[in-house]
Amino acid sequence: MADPRDEPSDGTPVEGAVATETAPPPVLAERGAPPPPTGVLGLLVREQSIIVPIVAVIAALAIGAVLIRAQGVNPTYAYQSLFTYSFGTADGLQATFEKMVPLILCGLAVVIPLRVGLFNIGAQGQLMSGAICAAAAAHAVREAPGFLIAVIAMVAGILGGAMWASIAGALKATRGVHEVISTIMLNSIAAGLIDYLVNGPLKDPSQSYPSSYPAPDGAKFQALGFVPIGLPIALVLAILVAWMLRRTTLGFQFETIGRNRHAASYAGIKLGGMIVLAMAVAGALAGLSGSIEYLEIDPYRYQDGIAGSLGFDGITIALLARSSPLGTIPAALLVGALRAGSSTLMFNTGIQPEIVDMLLAITLLLVSLPIIAKLIFRRHTAKSSALASSWGS
Amino acid sequence: MSQPAPETATGGSTAAAPETGSATSRSVPQAQRERLLELDGLSKSYGTVHANRDISLHVERGEIVALLGENGAGKSTLVKQIFGLIKPDRGTITIKGDASPIKDPRDAIRRGIGMVHQHFQLVPVMTVAENMILGNETTSRGVLDIDGARRLVRELSEKHGLRVDPDAEVEDLPVGTQQRVEILKALSRSVDLLILDEPTAVLTPQETDELLKVMKELAAGGTSIVFITHKLREVLAAADRVYVLRQGAVVGEVATADTDARGLATMMVGRDVVLRVDKDEATPGEDVLSIRDLVVLDDRQLRAVDGFSLDVRAGEIVGVAGVEGNGQRELVEAIAGMRPPQSGRIDLLGKDITKANPHETHVAGIGHIPEDRERHGLVASYSLADNLVLNRFSEKPFANGFVRDFDAVRQNAEALFTEFDIRAAGVSAPAGSLSGGNKQKVVVAREMSFGPKLLMAAQPTRGVDVGSIEFIHRRIVAARDTGAAVLLVSAELDEVLSLADRIAVIHGGKVVAEMPGKDAERTEIGRLMAGDH
Repeated sequence: MADPRDEPSDGTPVEGAVATETAPPPVLAERGAPPPPTGVLGLLVREQSIIVPIVAVIAALAIGAVLIRAQGVNPTYAYQSLFTYSFGTADGLQATFEKMVPLILCGLAVVIPLRVGLFNIGAQGQLMSGAICAAAAAHAVREAPGFLIAVIAMVAGILGGAMWASIAGALKATRGVHEVISTIMLNSIAAGLIDYLVNGPLKDPSQSYPSSYPAPDGAKFQALGFVPIGLPIALVLAILVAWMLRRTTLGFQFETIGRNRHAASYAGIKLGGMIVLAMAVAGALAGLSGSIEYLEIDPYRYQDGIAGSLGFDGITIALLARSSPLGTIPAALLVGALRAGSSTLMFNTGIQPEIVDMLLAITLLLVSLPIIAKLIFRRHTAKSSALASSWGS
Repeated sequence: MSQPAPETATGGSTAAAPETGSATSRSVPQAQRERLLELDGLSKSYGTVHANRDISLHVERGEIVALLGENGAGKSTLVKQIFGLIKPDRGTITIKGDASPIKDPRDAIRRGIGMVHQHFQLVPVMTVAENMILGNETTSRGVLDIDGARRLVRELSEKHGLRVDPDAEVEDLPVGTQQRVEILKALSRSVDLLILDEPTAVLTPQETDELLKVMKELAAGGTSIVFITHKLREVLAAADRVYVLRQGAVVGEVATADTDARGLATMMVGRDVVLRVDKDEATPGEDVLSIRDLVVLDDRQLRAVDGFSLDVRAGEIVGVAGVEGNGQRELVEAIAGMRPPQSGRIDLLGKDITKANPHETHVAGIGHIPEDRERHGLVASYSLADNLVLNRFSEKPFANGFVRDFDAVRQNAEALFTEFDIRAAGVSAPAGSLSGGNKQKVVVAREMSFGPKLLMAAQPTRGVDVGSIEFIHRRIVAARDTGAAVLLVSAELDEVLSLADRIAVIHGGKVVAEMPGKDAERTEIGRLMAGDH
């Protein structure tokens, strides 16, 4: 054996090492996707391909076709009449766009917490809080100029939604209350509280049905042709959220917590504050969508049903978008078109509009089923997990 | 010797094992020799990566064989094939003359192979006896036969001299005892060959010594043992023969009686490794870290650190030696701001940082190489570039106010790749794709590169290959020489002895002795670590 001290004593062992090991260590081979966060949530968060949502939508439409056929209607005709209205007519397009606005915003309200590792089920309650705050604020300043009323109503909606969501964030950060439980309960609390408000202090006495005062005329949003004002707002916000998550230090902190909160804490990120902040931003977006509903959609009042199931649709949107902020836009376009066209569908074919809810439910089920991803990516997954488990000795 | 060919560099004794085994164990008399296991041309690839290349080896009855290699050398892949967890692409595995393929672990167990995994497969809330029969439950009239299980544990304990209480709940047992349960469980299925995957990685030095003793006793009783390790001392202490793996292939086979630590290390990395750290005399300056009467609670709200006082000066390495679980983890977390102390005081350069949070301690100048790099040190799915600024993402030049500067982040990573010899596909490769040694280099690079006043290194070379250990040790000494105070906390006494200028022995959460590192006595420290003072 050569003198073992040769190399170390010349003071350049590092270069020596590089020279002797030109072949890359085997572990460094391309291993495809990084190790994902664990659990179902991790699967939802993981940015993968757009194949899964597209397959899910096609499969849902196919299952829907069977159901439509069972009612004696030609599915091609049914889908044709639905989408022709939603995309092919000015009224329909405007309706589609109007639906898109809260869908994008509520989708974003689910996407941001998902990145932090939280599942926000409470966009519904946050939207309702935003809407009632907007209605109350607009009524309080009803003598002001219309434009100012609209701005104040939107700010009130943002604050209302943010406040409502940060309750869940604060409970999580300080007491460890699971956000799924707390946001579900806050949805019910919001519904009850608002029920009281529109039957009492905020009730418009001129209406027989429980309802808030209407938005003052000057504050109502006018559509630009068939494009509602809310749409550019929602699109800009989707881009802003994408930028925030990708390029800013705030987004980095959110992502780090979502991927490894122990490392986040080690790196000096304040978990509690960030969790509350992420929920507040999410609630602000949902609350804004509530105030836009109030200002943009006839009857321009808060009344029962204003929220529909928009907040819950936000979950569908976020999952369809695979928690990508920009992905909420095509997802919302699809869901918005289905919702906008459902009444035409009934008018033309007699099929109940609930078919759309069923389609969305099936889609949601399919996108969230980990099994789909596994089936499609079986080979890839098997390979990389074998790699992951077989090394490291 | 800048470019030694692997085969020649390791000398004559390292030629790949011939079919009939020229270098066999001398501990087993010729007459009893029975070939228990024989691998012939075993190969396994993942895509373009050869995890195992044409591996041939054999194990005799009653022999202890070590598989030695750096991280990612393919040791785990190899034993997983023997245990039926992975199917080989090519080659045969012959167990006691039977060369039929191993279908699954159940088949392997049936044929007399037992395996103790690196991560224990025990149910923490169950008792030892319950765990023992898990997966192989015996019932009497439809009711689990717990008494039988208890008897089984006692019989096996006595037979193999492995003391365990059958009624203890596994989660209450120390790691070393849990491992003993795993070994007993494997033995309960009448194994001829026991595979141990990095059995000492989680053990204290004492537990390690006990395990090595147990292994020898088992072998004397006729059980063959294959164990994976990258610790040379263990190979030399316990194994009869050793196979050295590098990049998926056997690069050497040698009887331990014919080699020494340096020879083995050379084979592992294909070059010589300095096991001793060359360093000059320390020239300590002012106090950097000053800890007074520190009390820190652990997760169970017990006083893990209990009246700890220590000073660390600029330009010196203070090594904290101690058996794991004597408050080292809590001490480090308290200094880093991750665990608020109960009482006492921590000063850094005269500034009180007792109540500082991790961000504030970093800004104050503490570089922290955390004990658990997977959990705290890295975000596996982030790129290496992002990991290299994990706690500095908001500082200039990596961010301008609110907006991150990806160019600066990438340039930083590229510079550190060269400086710290990080081997990876590129700066945007996910951290999770690296070997343990390279992951640790990423953490070390990040924590050293910002010019810390205090470098706090907790178990800096745990689970790291020999080549990286040497590199990391050099960097720690280099940090000292540029004037940083270094607090080294390690369960490896050898590491403390070779690096530290001053040694503080910790026991029961307090310093029980301090001494200069130069003439510290191994046995003396061992005695103090054990609480004998």
